[in-house]
Amino acid sequence: MVPESYYVALSAGLFAVGVLGVLIRRDPLIIFMSIELMLNAANLALVAFGNRHGTPEGQALALFVMAVAAAEVAVGLAIIVAIFQLRRRLSVDELSVMRG
Amino acid sequence: MQYAGFLFLAFLVGGSALGVILIRNPIHAALFLTINLAGVAALYLMLQAQFLALVQVIVYAGAIAVLFVFAIMVLIPGKEETGPDPLRAQRWLAVPLAGVLLLEMLLILRSTAFQAPPRAVGPAMGGEPLYRLLLTDFLFPFEVTSVLLLTALVGVMAMTRRKVS
Repeated sequence: MVPESYYVALSAGLFAVGVLGVLIRRDPLIIFMSIELMLNAANLALVAFGNRHGTPEGQALALFVMAVAAAEVAVGLAIIVAIFQLRRRLSVDELSVMRG
Repeated sequence: MQYAGFLFLAFLVGGSALGVILIRNPIHAALFLTINLAGVAALYLMLQAQFLALVQVIVYAGAIAVLFVFAIMVLIPGKEETGPDPLRAQRWLAVPLAGVLLLEMLLILRSTAFQAPPRAVGPAMGGEPLYRLLLTDFLFPFEVTSVLLLTALVGVMAMTRRKVS
């Protein structure tokens, strides 16, 4: 049986990779994928801790995180597509004003 | 044997995560993301969370990955980040910052707060206890989640409809 701390360490690494992706990329789609990486890392930590304590609460929380992530992806991608139809370019550095 | 499997999955998941943020072509990044999500589903299986692994494959590797590919197709396919980065100095600052964050998280992991006693060996994991918990203690969040999904659905419909007309 692999100890749970290995899973949590892997989850910390995945989270750091996601943060790095948000910081270094300019394409909003890639930034979105990095956010998904971070949500997944949090889920992995939740399931690992739930496994350590032998209770299903961690898995239930991870399930809710998945549902919220699904809603977030749908709304976020719709916003990105709307911005693209307005500007014809995709770079988060150009989206510094909230005027249309 | 389990260590070998975990090591393989850890390299798969970590490598595909790095691929997502380093590959320039967005469609390749989406495929790397799919590999990453499938690897995390396999890790859930190793943690005896079968239901969650199934949901991960259906929701993440199925729906969300398809949504990403669809969005990339709607936008310019294969369009890369163009032009020089006006904030190049900040980009080099980002790497040590992420490294410090990782170091911080690993230090917290090593602290005494996580040296919990080994778990009481019992079958109280996924499966029936999880479903029972979802429909008793977590019933209210469960219903709120359905309202959230409905709101997102209606919101996306309203947003895209206005753009078309």
